[in-house]
Formats: sequence, structure tokens, C-alpha cells
Amino acid sequence: MQNALVAQLPILQIIVPLIAAPFCALLAGGNRSWAMAFATSLVTFAIAVSLFLSVLNGTVISYALGGWAPPLGIEYRIDVLNAFVLVIVSGVGALTLLYARASVAHEVAPRHQGLFYTALILCMTGLLGVTITGDAFNVFVFLEISSLSTYALVATGADRDRRALTASYNYLIMGTIGATFFVIGLGLLLMTTGTLNMADIAHRLVDGGDSRTLRMGFAFIVVGIGLKLAMFPLHLWLPNAYTYAPSAVSAFVAATSTKVAVYMMLRFLFTVFGFSIPFEVDVMHYLVLPLALVGIVAGSVVAIFQDNLKRLLAYSSISQIGYMLVGISFLSHDGLMASIIHLFNHAVAKATLFMVAGAYVMQAGTSSISKLHGVGRDMPYTTAAFLVGGFSLIGVPLTVGFISKWYLVQAAIAEGWWPVAALIVGSSLLAIAYIWRFVEVAYMHPTPTGVIRKEAPLTMLIPMWIFAGLSLYFGIDASLTSQAASRAASGLIAASSLIWQ
Amino acid sequence: MDDILNLITGHFNYWMVIVLMMVGLYITISRGNLVKKIVGLNLFQSSVFMFYISMGKVSGGTAPILTDNPDEIYSNPLPHVLILTAIVVGISTTALALALTVRIHESYGTIEEDEILEIDHKTDQALDAAENEAAN
Repeated sequence: MQNALVAQLPILQIIVPLIAAPFCALLAGGNRSWAMAFATSLVTFAIAVSLFLSVLNGTVISYALGGWAPPLGIEYRIDVLNAFVLVIVSGVGALTLLYARASVAHEVAPRHQGLFYTALILCMTGLLGVTITGDAFNVFVFLEISSLSTYALVATGADRDRRALTASYNYLIMGTIGATFFVIGLGLLLMTTGTLNMADIAHRLVDGGDSRTLRMGFAFIVVGIGLKLAMFPLHLWLPNAYTYAPSAVSAFVAATSTKVAVYMMLRFLFTVFGFSIPFEVDVMHYLVLPLALVGIVAGSVVAIFQDNLKRLLAYSSISQIGYMLVGISFLSHDGLMASIIHLFNHAVAKATLFMVAGAYVMQAGTSSISKLHGVGRDMPYTTAAFLVGGFSLIGVPLTVGFISKWYLVQAAIAEGWWPVAALIVGSSLLAIAYIWRFVEVAYMHPTPTGVIRKEAPLTMLIPMWIFAGLSLYFGIDASLTSQAASRAASGLIAASSLIWQ
Repeated sequence: MDDILNLITGHFNYWMVIVLMMVGLYITISRGNLVKKIVGLNLFQSSVFMFYISMGKVSGGTAPILTDNPDEIYSNPLPHVLILTAIVVGISTTALALALTVRIHESYGTIEEDEILEIDHKTDQALDAAENEAAN
């Protein structure tokens, strides 16, 4: 009985939240829907952790959906890399839901709350599905489940600021163009190989040789995923969507959806295409790497001049995504490992920071930096969490940000790309500028007279500090994350044709 | 000359897909009216549907239903099935986009992008002015 259940874990990972989602809507009440959603996310997290532990030693779980053997049937395929991402997504989901109760009650109208939690759980389902599946077209379906629910979630921010509607609309247009590009790419791949199973496509591409169809497919897929992960200059949807979405949504989406897009990028680049033709290597070196470097600098520079804290964090996300892309474009084990570690580290740090911003929105009524003078004294625990997250973005030692930058710089030096290494270190100075601007306002200025702010409630402080604690813990002892990332990177390199080149 | 003719007639379906795709993408990017943008997006998606459908066609092939004739040629059903899913996704996207447009119209009174930006800009200025007054 128990064994039978364990064998079904891969599908339960998706089915549990998918079935729970409509119940959240049917319960139709803020607290009841929240309880259902939170319970679901805890179960999902438990499943993800048990999957992660069972693949950590290098085994690969292959689950044939409905008993139809791959490559004909849809396959769920779990290795260290997806299991790691599954844990990130479901873990962030569970903690965000704990945080969401107070924050959502404050920011979203009561009649929308039931549907809000439904959309949040559906969004998580979609992201988990993208991560777990081993079927290329299945990725598209889950991607659209998560994207459509994200558009709806962003639009619920309209209860506070109506600009959430236009932000959501623009996100929808761009996201759909991205997803459609991705489908075109898949179509071209299907024409070349005649299959949709990722492992099978990879297998057939190895001896398939070069063709224009294949190159087109690669280009469409990279651009499509690039839109989803807000790769500079395809990031235009991101700042408004993160700024005007309810704070809980900003925290969840910023910590997970771009990370899952990075995962997709890794999976398609290494497992599916596997750099079997030189064209793919050229795209990474001459297109993705320069764009990522420009994105790192541009995102940070724009962030320095933002007044809205949430918008500042959104621009900082664009720059942090740049670091992950730089790591990928090295096409080496060390670079990949740095990227994968940064995927986790940035998720943890950004979740903390957006939660802090949400606490300010709730207790101070604003996330505008110019109105948060002296907030460090009024809300000491919240602002201290901001410091931890902020230091991690800068890359101060003893925080996770330092670990990822350390590996990234090492990987750059191993390639002999000194200018890239210098730019990575130099861009940290820009991060200091935008983090320090807020720290100065929060601690060095007195509270304006007549302004009363209370510390955030415990249900918000606990998830915030769990993330901040993770930032510190894995900043001091990174053995677990670096071990997982190193194994995932080895797996990706082994699956690709890079070794033989 | 024959080569060029061949390129056009031999790949007629792809040329049509490309034309439809570019028209759709152009409308989406260039129009300021939110509903027209959705129309463009739909055209763009339809071109991809056409692409998949024409891809699965085998010349002389019938619908993939088992017949008594062992030499029967069938069209490839896989792309057709896939695109059914994509059509469903496309419909949901359109529905959501239209719902958002309705909400935007309710709160702004217009669905022209430039007018919405202007309204937002004015609201910001009015808020700033009110705050400055309160501060004084």
C-alpha cells in the first residue's frame, strides 16, 4: 500500500493542487479558502521534499502517465535538477500562503479572495507541471496554466490600484506572444524529429545533423522562453506586473515563475538541444551572454532611480536574472552550478524582500520609499529582514548572494573571461547603491510626526524570517545547495553533447 | 525562375502562415486599441494553428480512422490533436484578455492605450499636488 502510494508521488505532485484548486473557489470565503490552499501547499511541499530526497543520490524517476510507456505516452521525469526546482516552488508556495492570509485580507476585496486562492494554487500547479514533465508539449500546457492564473492574480491588485489592470493586460499580450513563439519552436522540432518526448528528441537530434528547421526551432524556443523569464530586452512586462500585483503575488511570482523559466531554458538548451550543432553555442556566446551582461547593468541602474520599493525590487530581479543567464552561457559545469545555486538563492532573497514590501504596504499604507522615513525604528523586525535580503542581493559574505557570486566569478575566471568577472563584481556596487538608498531612509531619518506604524503581524513575520534565515543559513553552510546544484549541473552536461566538442 | 516558383508553390502553406503571423504580430504591436490588439493576437495564434494543421497533412491521406484497406494512407493525427489543446488555451487567453478589457473600460472609461496613460499621468500629478498641499 505504502509502496503503491510512493510510486504515484510524481503524479500526486500535480493532481493534489489541481483538484484542490476548485474547492478553494467553492469554499468561497477568505479564511476557509485560505485554509484549504495552505493545507494543499503543505501536502505539495511534503511530496516535493520526498521526491527530492529519493533522487538526490542520482537516480532518475520516470513515471508513465496512464501507463502509456514513453515516448508515445506523456512521461514525468524527475532528476536532481527538477526535484530541486520542485522544492523551491512548493516551498515558496507554502510560505507565501502562510504570509498571504493577513496581506490578502488587507489588499484584496473579500468577494475576490476565494478565487484569489484558487488562482494562486493553479499558478503553483502550472509551475510544478512545467518542472516535472518530460514531454515538450506538456510544458506548453502547464506554462499556460501558470501564466493565465498569474495574469488573473496580477489583475486582483486592481482593488488597490487600477493600474494593475493595464499591467496585467500588457503581461498577457507579451506572455502570450512568448508562449506562441515557444509553440512554433516546438512545431519545428516536431517536424525535425517526429516526437515530443524530451529525451527522445535529444536522442534523435544527436545524429540528426544541422538543418535550417532545427535552427529556427531553437531560435523560436529561446526567444519564447526569454520572454517568460524577462531576459533583457524582453523584460518590459515585468516591472509593472510586480509593482501593482498584490504583495503576496509579487513575492510568489518573483520567487518562482522566472526561476521556472530559467529551469525551462536549462532543460531545453542542455537536455533537448544539447548543443549538437555549433549554431547553438554561438547563440549563447554572442547573443545571450552580452544581453545578460547589459541586463545586469541596466536593471541595477534603473533600480537606483525608483521611488516605489516594489518597482525597485522588480528591476533588481531583471538584473539578477542576468546573473543566471551569464552562468548558463559559460556552458561549463561551474557556470551551470553557479546558475542553479543562484536560482535558489535569488528565490529566497526576493521572497523575503517582496514580503517586507508587502508588510510596509499593510502597516504603513505605502511602498513608496519617500514615505517610509524612519520605518526601521517603527518596524524593526520587518526592516531587519529587508537588510538580510538586501545584503544577499549585493553579495555580502555570510549571505547566500555571496555564495552564488563567488561561484559565478570563479566560473568566469576558469573560462578566462576576466572582463565578465570584473563586471559581475562591479555590478554589486550598483546593488549597494539601490539597497543603501532604502536603508538610509529607513534608519537614518526620523519618523515624520503624526505617522503611526505598527510592526507586522506574526503570520507575516514568520515566513519572512524563515526566508531570511535560509538566506543566512545557506550563506554560511552551502553544502546542501552546492551539492544539489553540482549534481544537477553534471547531469545537464552529461545529457548534452558538450563534452565531445 | 523555376526554382523560385517551386519555392513559392511548394511551400504555399508556410508562406500563408508567415503572412498571417506577421499581420497578427504587427496589429498587436502597432494598435493602441486594446480590443484590436486582441484581434491581432488571435490572428497570430491562428497562424500557428494553421502551421500545425498543414504540417500533419500527408498528400493523399485520409482522416486517421482504421479502414479495411491495408494500403490506406493516413494523415498524421498528432499535430492535429496537439493544436486542439493550443486552441483551447487560445480561447482562454482571449476570454481573459477581453475580461480585462471590460474591467479597464469600467475603471478608465476608455480602451485606447494613450488615453489610459494620460489619465494615469494626470492622477499621479493630482495626487502629488494634494500631498504637497497637505505637507504645507
